[in-house]
Amino acid sequence: MKRVVISGIGIYSTIGTDIETVTKSLYAGKSGIGIDAGRKDYGFRSSLSGIIERPNLKGLLSRRERVGLPEQGEYAYVATMEALKNGSLDMDYLASNEVGILYGNDSSSIPVIEAIDIMREKHDTSLIGSGSIFQSMNSTISMNLSVIFKLKGINLTISGACASSSHAIGLAYILISGGFQDMIICGGGQEINAESMGSFDGLAAFSTYENEPHTASRPFDRTRNGLVPSGGAATLIVESLDSALKRGANILGEIKGYGFSSNGSHLSVPNVEGPKVSLLRALKTAGMKPSKIDYINAHATSTPLGDLNEGKALLEVFGDCNTPVSSTKSMTGHEMWMGGASEVIYSLLMMQHSFIAPNINFNSPDDELRTLNVIAETREQELDTILSNSFGFGGTNSTLIISKYRK
Amino acid sequence: MQREKIVTIINQFLTEEFEIDESALVPEALLIQDLGIESLDFVDIVVIIEQEFGFKVTREEMVNVKTLDDMYNYIAERA
Repeated sequence: MKRVVISGIGIYSTIGTDIETVTKSLYAGKSGIGIDAGRKDYGFRSSLSGIIERPNLKGLLSRRERVGLPEQGEYAYVATMEALKNGSLDMDYLASNEVGILYGNDSSSIPVIEAIDIMREKHDTSLIGSGSIFQSMNSTISMNLSVIFKLKGINLTISGACASSSHAIGLAYILISGGFQDMIICGGGQEINAESMGSFDGLAAFSTYENEPHTASRPFDRTRNGLVPSGGAATLIVESLDSALKRGANILGEIKGYGFSSNGSHLSVPNVEGPKVSLLRALKTAGMKPSKIDYINAHATSTPLGDLNEGKALLEVFGDCNTPVSSTKSMTGHEMWMGGASEVIYSLLMMQHSFIAPNINFNSPDDELRTLNVIAETREQELDTILSNSFGFGGTNSTLIISKYRK
Repeated sequence: MQREKIVTIINQFLTEEFEIDESALVPEALLIQDLGIESLDFVDIVVIIEQEFGFKVTREEMVNVKTLDDMYNYIAERA
C-alpha cells in the first residue's frame, strides 16, 4: 500500500477566500454568518446564512469556460487555483501527468430553476442557452474543472450529502494507496443561494437566532436550535508520497485513515452506532488507538439531536482520552457538500500553526455530554494527528485521520 | 429592421458576450475559423437572435451561415 499525502490546499469560504485569511479567522474565532434578508420573501423560517461574495472570473477564464460554471463551480475554480499554487503545480504538470479529480457536490439548483422557468414561460427549449446543462448536472464541478485544468485521470463527482467531500478525500486515499492514481484533485463545493436552501428550511432545521447571526451556530451548546446553511468551496491536492517526494512538494499532512458507514435507519434522524462504526474503522485503517488523536473536528452542525448523538459516539470511542473537540461550523455554518474538505483544511491549518480553533458560542453542554472536551476558546497546542467527522442525510458517515508527515 | 442596426446589435453581442476583439468583426470573417465560434456557441447565438430580432432560428438554417455577412443577411431577410 502506498502512503498518501496532502500537498496543496485552497479555500473560498465565508471566513476568508484564501488560506491566510482563513487561518486568521480560525484563530480569532471569527463568524462568517449573517442575514440574507431576501429569504423572508420566499417565506423562509430563518434568513440566517453564511455570507460570501461570488468571484468575478472574467479575464481569468474564457467565456466558454465560464458559461458552464454555476455558483459553486466558481467557488471551486478559485479554491482549486489556490490549491494548485499552494501545491507548486502548473498547467504544464497537469498536461504531462495523469491527474484525476474527485469532487463533492450534491445539488445545483439555480440553473435547473432558470431552465424550467424558460420552458414554462416561453415554451421553447432553444432559449435555455448552452451553459445550463453543464451547470445543472450534479457532476458540474468535476466536469468543468477537468476540462479547464486538462485533467486525464479519474473524473467523478461524489454525492454523499453532507459527507460528500470527506468521502471524496477518502476514496482518493483508497485509489492512490492502491496504486491506481498518483495524484487526485479533491474537494467540495456548496451553493449558498436561497433557492437551494428553501426545502431544507422547510424542515425547520435552521437556527432561528436571527437577532444575533454571529452566535446563531452553537454546536454542542445546550441552547442550540438548528444549523446555519453556508457554502463556498475547498480543494486539496491528494498525492502518493512517492510522487510528492519526486517533485519536491511541500507535504502538509499524511492521510492515515478513512472510515465510513451507513446508519441504515432514517433519512434525517442520525444515530450513535453508525458514526461509531465510522470512527472505529478510521482508527483501524490508521492502525491507531484513540489516544493517538490530538484533536477532533466534529461534524456537529448545531442541531439538537445530531450534536448529541455525535457527542455520544465520540464519548464511546474517545471517552477515556479526553480528546479536544471543536466544531468549526460554529464559525462557518454548515458548509454541507463542501464541509468534509473544508474541515480537513481547517484542521490542517491548525496543525500547521499549532492551535485548536474554538467552538465559538459554546457555553454549557447537554447533561449527557458533560465529559466531552469541547474547546470553547482558541488554544495553543501542538497537533500531530487530527480526526475529522462528516455525516449526511441518509445516514452516510465518513471519518478521516490525518497526521503530520514524518519520514 | 435596418441592416445597420442589425450589425450594431450582433457586433455588440460578439464583443461583449463572446469577448471577440472588435477589429476582427469584418463582414467576410468566418465565424468558426476567424472568430473562434464553436458548436456550443451557436446555441447562444440562436438565443440572442430570437430575443433581439423576434424570430425563431433553426439549427438547420444556421448551417449555411458561414461568415458574419451571412449572419447579417440571414437576420435582415427575416427580421
